[in-house]
Amino acid sequence: MDTPDAPQANYVTDALIAEDIDAYLELHQQKDMLRFITCGSVDDGKSTLIGRLLYDSKMIFEDQLDALQSDSKKVGTQGQEIDFALLVDGLAAEREQGITIDVAYRFFNTEKRKFIVADCPGHEQYTRNMVTGASTADLAVILVDARKGVLVQTRRHSYLCHLIGIRNLVLAVNKMDLIGYDQAAYDAIVADYAAFAKTIGIEGFTAMPISGFKGDNIIAPSPSTPWYSGPSLIEHLETVEVNSARDAEKPFRLPVQWVNRPNLDFRGFSGLIASGSVRAGDAVRVLPSGKTSTVSRIVTLDGDLDEAVAGQSVTLCLADEIDCSRGNVIAAADTPPEAADQFETTLVWLADDPLLVGRAYWLKLGSQMVSVTVHQPKYAVNVNTMEHIAAKTLDLNAIGVAEIVTDKPIVFEHYADSRALGGFILIDKLTNATVAAGMLHFSLRRAQNVHWQAIDITREAHAALKNQQPRVLWFTGLSGSGKSTIANAVEKRLNLMNRHTFLLDGDNVRHGLNKDLGFTEADRIENIRRVGEVAKLMADAGLIVLTAFISPFRAERDMVRAMLPEGEFVEIFVDTPLAVAEARDVKGLYKKARSGALKNFTGIDSPYEPPENPDIRVNTVEMTADEAAEHIIQQLMPLK
Amino acid sequence: MTASLTHLQRLEAEAIHIMREVVAEAERPVMLYSVGKDSAVMLHLARKAFYPSPPPFPLLHVDTTWKFQAMYELRDRMARESGMDLLVYQNPEAAARGINPFDHGALHTDMWKTEGLKQALDKYGFDAAFGGARRDEEKSRAKERIFSFRTASHGWDPKNQRPELWNLYNARKHKGESIRVFPISNWTELDVWQYIQLNDIPIVPLYFADKRPTVERDGLLLMVDDDRFPLREGEVPVERSIRFRTLGCYPLTGAVESEAATLSDVIQETLLTTTSERQGRAIDKDAGGAGMEIKKQQGYF
Repeated sequence: MDTPDAPQANYVTDALIAEDIDAYLELHQQKDMLRFITCGSVDDGKSTLIGRLLYDSKMIFEDQLDALQSDSKKVGTQGQEIDFALLVDGLAAEREQGITIDVAYRFFNTEKRKFIVADCPGHEQYTRNMVTGASTADLAVILVDARKGVLVQTRRHSYLCHLIGIRNLVLAVNKMDLIGYDQAAYDAIVADYAAFAKTIGIEGFTAMPISGFKGDNIIAPSPSTPWYSGPSLIEHLETVEVNSARDAEKPFRLPVQWVNRPNLDFRGFSGLIASGSVRAGDAVRVLPSGKTSTVSRIVTLDGDLDEAVAGQSVTLCLADEIDCSRGNVIAAADTPPEAADQFETTLVWLADDPLLVGRAYWLKLGSQMVSVTVHQPKYAVNVNTMEHIAAKTLDLNAIGVAEIVTDKPIVFEHYADSRALGGFILIDKLTNATVAAGMLHFSLRRAQNVHWQAIDITREAHAALKNQQPRVLWFTGLSGSGKSTIANAVEKRLNLMNRHTFLLDGDNVRHGLNKDLGFTEADRIENIRRVGEVAKLMADAGLIVLTAFISPFRAERDMVRAMLPEGEFVEIFVDTPLAVAEARDVKGLYKKARSGALKNFTGIDSPYEPPENPDIRVNTVEMTADEAAEHIIQQLMPLK
Repeated sequence: MTASLTHLQRLEAEAIHIMREVVAEAERPVMLYSVGKDSAVMLHLARKAFYPSPPPFPLLHVDTTWKFQAMYELRDRMARESGMDLLVYQNPEAAARGINPFDHGALHTDMWKTEGLKQALDKYGFDAAFGGARRDEEKSRAKERIFSFRTASHGWDPKNQRPELWNLYNARKHKGESIRVFPISNWTELDVWQYIQLNDIPIVPLYFADKRPTVERDGLLLMVDDDRFPLREGEVPVERSIRFRTLGCYPLTGAVESEAATLSDVIQETLLTTTSERQGRAIDKDAGGAGMEIKKQQGYF
């Protein structure tokens, strides 16, 4: 076999396996687990290094090796020698391109540990993959090509690892064989990196000179680098502290995933212990309610436990019948986490569609799922220079600091203290895509200090006096579809019926309340949000509110619907085909938009998302405005 | 006691966490049960995750009618013992056309397994299906998410999967879409074996060596499991001490000659062996290195 020379250390104990398998299994059973990521630029030799680790730890079988040897000759980049990179480059598309395009997970064992390696790509456009791989890692190996030194990508990867909270960094200066194992060159790279690391707050790192291709300082000290006295890569990986060991020292937290209720006599709360430990008899507090109890049992299929620690999935029973459900957190009674609804966060944007400021997203943190809106970012970070830059939004792979507001308080901890209660994802409510990863830094106010002023005259009292049920009649449709005309006709009829009404018209509102807003997507969202809030206040006052706004996005219409009690929001789709509306062109706007004089015009260069299930639909091609108004009134009856 | 957890304890806790997330967020979950050793581990994990409740979902066996007899026996026994519903689905079209592994090659897998699975998921309206696939099995699996999204037509698009950060899984989906969930993604073959040993989990006896009637054909050592096995001219079944490293349809699954009769022996042999686990299966060899990836895009588990 045509392989390069390497120290052939057997770190899977073959002899023990052959002689005493039970002793080997006993040893293997006691191993703990380290998860790490490798990152580097294209051609820094990541895949080769991982291939080498798998190869040396005998995780490559003969049939795979046969395939590897024939593939190496066909598509390899190492001439007739084995191209370890082919072992780990999986998907067909990337085989063709010769690059890694996603996060891949690999596994190997040594005598001391089991390892899970996340292989992360080095391209700028794949920040999202790196952040994904880093989120579960205890340690990061940052690869640098000894011939090139610290590059822009090296800085970017280090910044991202630091951002995600990886405290164990290894600077692996690779391809030392290609610079003749030159100590001076190595020292210069390490000094260069140390200077950079300090500027972004990296407290320490472990540097080592290696060659993934030749195997230098991978398993054992290399005779080619007698000037290097530190550990080999494997020695270091085997001894560094894992995150879960640290988590066990922190206060107890169990995010409740599922309530286990097989019958009336048993009620257990199931979840993975995020930090700390718990014993039967411990005093605990359920957040966010703050109710206290004690742990009566720790239940598992293998019998009750006396104690359970961070990282274990358990089911707890409490001594008292207190409310507790999915999304709640059971915590040590004397050191509970806080709940809040406004935070400063760092967001990493993962989706092709940019952040829409003001748009409602789902936020998932632990087992909590709430609705959230994001403010305009305070700044974005240039991941190459770490400079703060002004930003109105965040695009794919952008990183920024922004405030977020949730629709109800969530139980949280600072990300620096707890990945489990400080890390979250944002989910697009329409596409269901995971659009962002976020890290909570601190709450902007304590939710428990914000109270609603209790009011004696309730919205029911307002409505009763007017002898009507409040409604928000939300007219939506293209410009020129006839929203304002029809809304006006409906209001006249309601007025004749002695109903208390108010019409909010798009054009009119933009002359006053919303005159600071333009027509970008973000401004349109804010426009609708404000109108929604005003309509809600008017409905609270007992009025039947009519609104005539294009309101092109489904998400914002749904947002307003969610603000109001069930049944009070009536979506009325004024359904006029674009061609008809454009032919009418009452205000001459379509003409301007077509000529390019008017930007972001709905239907022309900005989308309109028609309602999927409008409460009422009127077709203005078949009906006159009066007929449409009459149809709407009929649908609304009775009004009380 | 703050000694850090062992890797098996962490893998178990992770798998249980994943199963509970699915049950909390999906409307109609199901566990695919193929009766192999990975399925055995999955079933055990499910019982642990929801104890003292029985797992709140049924088992689904997408049957090809060509499994080993010993697999059918264990399947029925485990369903009884776990107190779970067992749904067995056989593609009626494949049955009507008499599709079998001897005459139809790749079509057999396609119709019974790939099509059968899609039909079964549609028939019962399952929106989340647990599977026992692992990332260490095959190269393209190494990049598979734990929550793998499928379109309403069960397609898998490698470019359009959701990023998975921390242990946060986004299980939201539109009507008709579904997720395949792989709770033991991060386990290796050795982990599976060792977990079976530590938890005393019942597995099909075919994993252990015994004298069985076999023929050698196309480089595979096949077991003559019943009289549907058409012998070619000159083929005479020979008694050999064999066992299986993976179990599928008996005419497609190659045995290895072995004397490993206990779990320890099997693990020892696994560790000392130099061929990978899937090598006994014909399926990966279609279409060169990208075989499994193409099958996945078509909806194979």
